[in-house]
Amino acid sequence: MEARRLRHDPTELFTRAVQPVLWLLVFGETFTKIKAIPTGGVSYIAFMTPGILSQSVLFISIFYGLALIWDRDQGIIQKFLALPVPRSAFVVGRTMGAAVRGISQAVIIMLLAVILRVEIRWSILSILGTIGVVILEAAFFSCFSMILASLMKTRERFMGIGQVLTMPLFFASSAIYPISIMPKWLQVIAVINPLSYVVEILRCILVTGVYMNMLLHVGLLIGMILIAVVIATLLYPRLAS
Amino acid sequence: MIKVEQLYKYFKQVKALDGISFEVKKGELFGLLGPNGAGKTTTVRIISTLIPPTKGQVEINGYFLPKDAAIIRNFIGYVPQALSSDGTLTGYENLLIFAKLVGLNRSEREKQINELVELMGIGDFVDRLVREYSGGMVRKLEIAQALLHNPKVLLLDEPTVGLDPASRRSVWDVLKTLQEKYDSTILLTTHYMEEAEALCDRIAIMDHGKIVIIGTPKEIMEQAGVETLEDAFIVLTGHEAEEGGNFNELKRVRKTARRLQ
Repeated sequence: MEARRLRHDPTELFTRAVQPVLWLLVFGETFTKIKAIPTGGVSYIAFMTPGILSQSVLFISIFYGLALIWDRDQGIIQKFLALPVPRSAFVVGRTMGAAVRGISQAVIIMLLAVILRVEIRWSILSILGTIGVVILEAAFFSCFSMILASLMKTRERFMGIGQVLTMPLFFASSAIYPISIMPKWLQVIAVINPLSYVVEILRCILVTGVYMNMLLHVGLLIGMILIAVVIATLLYPRLAS
Repeated sequence: MIKVEQLYKYFKQVKALDGISFEVKKGELFGLLGPNGAGKTTTVRIISTLIPPTKGQVEINGYFLPKDAAIIRNFIGYVPQALSSDGTLTGYENLLIFAKLVGLNRSEREKQINELVELMGIGDFVDRLVREYSGGMVRKLEIAQALLHNPKVLLLDEPTVGLDPASRRSVWDVLKTLQEKYDSTILLTTHYMEEAEALCDRIAIMDHGKIVIIGTPKEIMEQAGVETLEDAFIVLTGHEAEEGGNFNELKRVRKTARRLQ
């Protein structure tokens, strides 16, 4: 459904691509020049590319619940909920929709990385791995977003909460700088922040090639997705009233 | 087919439904008639399993709400008041999504979609984006969506609100056909007196969360001793039908009406 929607209106792909392009070009190029951040031997732009990739998927997914609220206002949700279909199917379907969008982002950023000649470990495996991780990330954050949407119910409240959450999720993660240079209290947040796991896995795959704790990270991520799906499924019918 | 007994619904302090009871027989076209805010939408939402009642019981085809909600969803089709098909997809795609959701296999899907498209008379438009549809066509598409899993009962909330007279008539025709050809049981809400009179076998007039009277349009007019349903409404409730409703409801109706133009 989501793919069909994108096919009818592909302009969205381009508008969505602008932000990561700006991050990589402006922020990335500058910080690569000043070498202010310890990246462990790789150029800063290579260090931050996985971060920007996960960030753009995060931004898409975290506001995915907005579509739910939009559908609720239009009465689409109510019509879905009256169908003889298990609720979990709606949640999983939406996460897949978010994943489709996430993958389209990943493709754009990878193309950009090629154009900017970012030193990334290109291989079939690394590309497949990246896509897999992006699907997991989109699934988790879109579920999280749906939980928020079911609780907030109106666009204004949801946007408020969404804005408040996105910034700390992004900056208190290892997306654009390593966790080790953060102050202690921020490190605590960064370590429990699911985005950090995503970034670490992506960085392993794309840049360092050091597969430390990878299985643990993937396992944790999948565990969190399962919990989020269950909660989102339980809360989904709240959107009817 | 549908049996509602002593149904209550409170939203915080507001009594949306204040103990209503009625019965819809198999194959009947039953109308809930009343001004905005009378509790019609709430009733339909409870019957369509979307919100639980505060008190009371609903029996549909031998099953009870809210206990058997998951089973009941198998034999109800629900068309909400707001326009709910996806304008960014074609009519066919809108139908396809629903067909897939309710688990029809490929050949059943094609058969069912073709049959419904023909029944609704939207054959020439199925491959166009829904946002180019006229209001009446959108409504018919939505009715088709709600019928894909062959429900026994069709629930419609204000199916013709905001439609021009010609579109309204075409929606009426579709509902009549469903009733005659497929023996469907149809429950709809409306605040248009002439719609209730032209379309429904029996009507329940609702006001302030209560049912004032139930009967055929003729019976109701006779009982009130007047010539039109409009007058019957005034006699029976003591006020005109246009009162009532609140800001949010009005906003929603206007929004729907605007999208239909």
